[in-house]
Amino acid sequence: MTSAALALGDDALILSHRLGEWAGHAPALEEEVALANIALDLLGQARVLLSMVGDEDELAFLREERAFRNLQLVEQPNGDFAHTIARQLYFSGFQELLYERLAAGDGPFRPLAGKAVKEVAYHRDHAEHWTLRLGDGTAESHARMQRGLAELWRFTGEMFQPVEGLDLDWAGLESVWLERVTEVVERATLTLPEGPRTGAWTAGAGRQGLHTEPFGRMLAEMQHLYRSHPGATW
Amino acid sequence: MTATIGEAAAEQDIFDGAIAADERIEPRDWMPDAYRATLVRQIAQHAHSEIIGMQPESNWITRAPSLRRKAILMAKVQDEAGHGLYLYSAAETLGVRRDELLDKLHAGRQKYSSIFNYPTLTWADVGAIGWLVDGAAIMNQVPLCRCSYGPYARAMVRICKEESFHQRQGYELLLTLSRGTPEQHAMAQDAVNRWWWPSMMMFGPPDDESTHSAQSMAWKIKRHSNDELRQRFVDASAPQAEILGLTLPDPDIRWNEERGHYDSGPIDWTEFWDVLAGNGPCNDQRLTQRREAHENGAWVREAAASYAAKHAAGRGEAAV
Repeated sequence: MTSAALALGDDALILSHRLGEWAGHAPALEEEVALANIALDLLGQARVLLSMVGDEDELAFLREERAFRNLQLVEQPNGDFAHTIARQLYFSGFQELLYERLAAGDGPFRPLAGKAVKEVAYHRDHAEHWTLRLGDGTAESHARMQRGLAELWRFTGEMFQPVEGLDLDWAGLESVWLERVTEVVERATLTLPEGPRTGAWTAGAGRQGLHTEPFGRMLAEMQHLYRSHPGATW
Repeated sequence: MTATIGEAAAEQDIFDGAIAADERIEPRDWMPDAYRATLVRQIAQHAHSEIIGMQPESNWITRAPSLRRKAILMAKVQDEAGHGLYLYSAAETLGVRRDELLDKLHAGRQKYSSIFNYPTLTWADVGAIGWLVDGAAIMNQVPLCRCSYGPYARAMVRICKEESFHQRQGYELLLTLSRGTPEQHAMAQDAVNRWWWPSMMMFGPPDDESTHSAQSMAWKIKRHSNDELRQRFVDASAPQAEILGLTLPDPDIRWNEERGHYDSGPIDWTEFWDVLAGNGPCNDQRLTQRREAHENGAWVREAAASYAAKHAAGRGEAAV
């Protein structure tokens, strides 16, 4: 249970942080609201999951990079809006399938998953609608969306590497995910990227505490204040 | 526009009667051009303040020292974007468009509250903004819930509920710091020292130098004078500071039995006018970030418009 809670909790925590970086920089006021809303949902999920393991703040602020179990996908920098949407499309589709299954099971994640699946369905809807608008919008938005999908593609295989403590049909999950993403991408007049989605480095790497370079810098910012005042309460 | 002089006078009488009877003016009602212009100016400035006001606080989202505080801060910044949206909608009922108001903000032709030109240098600033800045905003905004223009008054009812929640959260943040380690206490005191005077300036210039006040009060847009509201703010803040275990950086603050109010020291109006003129610590930074967000997002908004246009026909058929 512990490693699964950490994996899912870290995914939510880290993606929430990345989305929080958009505050004050979004392309429209409605997106300020939407991105902050999604970030808050994810942070709420992270808090429940990390609390199943220990003290949420100690886990968030005192672990070093090698101890985090999140997917490499969620730690990727925001890039432009299309890049962020591509990350959301890939991840929210995965998270929705995952939580649907966990909500239907009788494991320790059932209560959380039952609530989270409603939030995640909204996140997926948001990502899909923007994928359609950007893909089928202007020539520039089409190109940017295609680039976002391509750049993040190699991180998607990791989502379906089995996580210890989650007894799921991972291969089945992957094929449904692939089917759904393909449908949206094609409807958006885009093409699904080709190229490897798994490899020696990407497959399961984040889950094993092997992260990409931007992650350490992100943690430095996130943890700085907490670490500067050992033992303080906030 | 084609009304005769007699009709215009009759309209003016109806308007004056409604104001005198404390009735609400609604978007389709006749109103004097100057009343409309004043409201557009004030509501736009208010909306801009919500949007620019996201910056000093979101500066700390990625560094918040606990997940609970991070969630509170994210929710607050999200609320501010929502307040901006309400207020732009209220302004649009007066016949202007959000886009043109944003263009004026970006061009520096419409203002936002001078308070957001101060930097957030430590985590405690997030608490000081909640307690003092939101506290001052509430003093200003609660009377606007009874403002003569209906859409603005109704927006303020919703906004004030959320603002008072933010204020309590900011106060609680400072209280936690004040009762924490000596370093945390010092951080809280330092933040209050830096935010107190700018907060006092949020009520605007003294009554005898306030150009719009008399007319706004006659129109019942404004219900109390700048100095009156400032006095209320001092009266509320001084005892709160004592409970917090923090001091306000004004040696002249003391209870005046005779007046039944707290006295306070003189405000440095030179600083106020400087900041208002664009020379505050963060004026350039705030406007630049806002312009960049808008410019960098142009292709996204264009994509959305293009997509909507392409699919409008399909939706029209579906609706039939």
